[in-house]
Amino acid sequence: MAFLRDRISFLFRSTKGLVLVAIALIALATAFFGFLSGPMEEFGVRGFMIRNFGLQLDPAQREGRIIILYHTLAMAVVAIETFFITALVPMKKSEQVRINLTITAGYITSLVFGLWFAYFGHNYVFHGLFIAGQVLIFFAGVMLTWALWPWRKQYLTDDPQRSRTPGGVDLERVAYFVMAVATLGSVLFGAVPGSLFGNGFEAFLAEDIIRQVEKTSLELAIIGHLHIMLTLIAVALTLILSRAFDFKGRLHKIAMPLMIVGTLIITGGVWAVVPFEAIAHIIINVGSFPVLIASLLLVFYGWKQIAERRLLEQHVAQPNLGRRLRALLGDPLRFGMLWQMVYMNFVVTAVGIFMAIQLDKIIRMWPAREERIGLTGHWHVLAGIIATIILLYYADLSGLKGRARQVFGWLVIVGSDLAFGAVALLETRRLYVSEIGQQSLTDTAILLTDIGLATVLLMLGILMGWRLVDLFRKKGRWTEEFTDAQMGEFKEEVAK
Amino acid sequence: MKQVLFVLLLLALALMLSACAAPKLPATVEPFSTGVDPASWVRIPAGPFLRGLHAEPAKIETDYEIMLTDVTNAQYAVVLNQALAAGKVKIDGNKLVGYYPGDPFKGLKHEVKIGVGDWLYLPVREAGLHLAYDGQTFAALPGFENHPMVMVSWFGAAAYCEAVGARLPTEDEWEKAARGSDGRAYPWGDTLERNQANYYSSRDIFEKVLGSQGDTTPVGFYNGQAYAGYQTLKAVSPYGLYDMAGNVWQWTANIYEGTHYRTMRGGSKADYGYNLRTWSRNNARPDYYSPGVGLRCARDVKK
Repeated sequence: MAFLRDRISFLFRSTKGLVLVAIALIALATAFFGFLSGPMEEFGVRGFMIRNFGLQLDPAQREGRIIILYHTLAMAVVAIETFFITALVPMKKSEQVRINLTITAGYITSLVFGLWFAYFGHNYVFHGLFIAGQVLIFFAGVMLTWALWPWRKQYLTDDPQRSRTPGGVDLERVAYFVMAVATLGSVLFGAVPGSLFGNGFEAFLAEDIIRQVEKTSLELAIIGHLHIMLTLIAVALTLILSRAFDFKGRLHKIAMPLMIVGTLIITGGVWAVVPFEAIAHIIINVGSFPVLIASLLLVFYGWKQIAERRLLEQHVAQPNLGRRLRALLGDPLRFGMLWQMVYMNFVVTAVGIFMAIQLDKIIRMWPAREERIGLTGHWHVLAGIIATIILLYYADLSGLKGRARQVFGWLVIVGSDLAFGAVALLETRRLYVSEIGQQSLTDTAILLTDIGLATVLLMLGILMGWRLVDLFRKKGRWTEEFTDAQMGEFKEEVAK
Repeated sequence: MKQVLFVLLLLALALMLSACAAPKLPATVEPFSTGVDPASWVRIPAGPFLRGLHAEPAKIETDYEIMLTDVTNAQYAVVLNQALAAGKVKIDGNKLVGYYPGDPFKGLKHEVKIGVGDWLYLPVREAGLHLAYDGQTFAALPGFENHPMVMVSWFGAAAYCEAVGARLPTEDEWEKAARGSDGRAYPWGDTLERNQANYYSSRDIFEKVLGSQGDTTPVGFYNGQAYAGYQTLKAVSPYGLYDMAGNVWQWTANIYEGTHYRTMRGGSKADYGYNLRTWSRNNARPDYYSPGVGLRCARDVKK
């Protein structure tokens, strides 16, 4: 009994335990439902799954199933980010416990019952629980926003290395707060039309109505919601990495105001899509620029830090460029978290900007289904990059060392980047080959994508397997990590 | 470790570049007779039906007829040669063009002007077209006679239907003909088997020609017959129509205010199965053509 109690206590009362549970659930859901599409469908695995697991896949409900699947996975990611935030950003212990408890109950309820409803027959009690879980997550967000309030005396800072106002308000904390408020508002932005469409079970995918000239206000709100939620998840992750790398100094002072202003403008732009659709995209682009600059400043700071620490360990006093580069690449986990942010600019931002600029001249010359591939690929890649950054960060926190750290880190980076690069190529294939000649390119891009994703999933599986085995050990790693139930130690560990 | 990964990345890049090479396309394919007559028309009764993903109630006011199958290469070539001889269409470089009176233009955002003048019907010599042009007349490539006509723009599709005394079906007409009035997902029911339709990776015998995107299958191919050991299931709509799911997208007639995209229905050989659902839509500019886009015509019932 004590065996079980201790493990459950670790998994649900410590930050690393909570993150481990969420990653494991995402991994299980991804593995299971990944068998229903793409190459698994072509290999006939989908049919096997339907026959042997009692899946009920009414073709008319495909859109609804996908929406629930995306929401459940996104909720788990939001929960992971929340666990990190409550551990990294100073707040009362009682606040941290309340927030973590509420969001854990929320995302697990949402995930279990949402997927059950979507894939295993329609028990409407389960749909209600799916919604109730999301409501709990929203309340956790309200509590988090309250806990992050930056103008409390105890959170004022006089640290000259940190971005702050003359009155001592910590601008990084303001950035967290702004992100949290924007997220709550953006949740409602989707929930209100969602409740209308959802109650009538009239699910639709945004990419299917992209060329519809007249979109209703509720349809516009749904499109805005999915864009801003992914953006804010990315903003939150950037802020988490700022803490993880102990971002401070001159660059921090520039980055945090940019992050605050950018987040506000992007969010305002997306919310404006309903009344001012014609200019909303311009506002969003204007807001994206400072956020991207802030992210790149973090990358510069983090890479410099990684290289300098490595050189210090190696006792190299005056390194040349090659030596610095080798030092930087010596730690694939920490290098990779930031590299993925840079790589995103090539496979997400650049492709997105190109599509926006060339919309009428090139993209709209293609059929809608081709544009759809570009749109879905675009945000799948962004979601995938976010996932790999979290994975690398978690592996770092798990204390992977030596050769295992090298192999894990590089395989995740190269595997994911290969996959995301191939998807970017697939999205834009009509630029390079004619439709009649696209098959070879399509097959190759899909093959490389599958190889890359399989590599990442294999690494994820190995990491989860290692952690599972560890849980059965009396003096396993988990016992050391459990000590971070006192969150101060987690912060110190990260600061190291 | 890093060196190995670097080499692997270079190999992947080389693989991608080699994949951009032009494909070798066959000039002929093995002919298969399906026993289905593409010249047949089917009467669809007026009345209510369920439209779209959410099965909204809709109604067709009058009876109409629609072709039993897609228009074939052989059928299109005959009409094309007549139009060419009559001077109704002309060859302009590599394009076959014909007159179109233009769409109303409102000048909205992203709106492209489709003005009065000559517009592309189809490319004369381009990979994917299953017609050969000898400088005088067009003829279907051997084995492709009963395959659906492809690489035809909306202008070329609408002109063909007009030439045979018909028109393109409206979206509603197309959908009712495909799914009847019971709101089914596919023309034959609510499930999709690989040997019911030609779609991406459906493993039909023509996939050997162009990989998993395959090539077109003869119209009426999925009729329960076996072809060279490949057993098909009979896959018809409630009114007996063939190829209302997969093989080629089919142009429809509707022109919507403020946009000039023309809608296609039915899904194609190059699409995943979910695109074959009866409510799935695709659209493109009216001068777009593709190896996966064809047509079938509809006509009013003579009283």
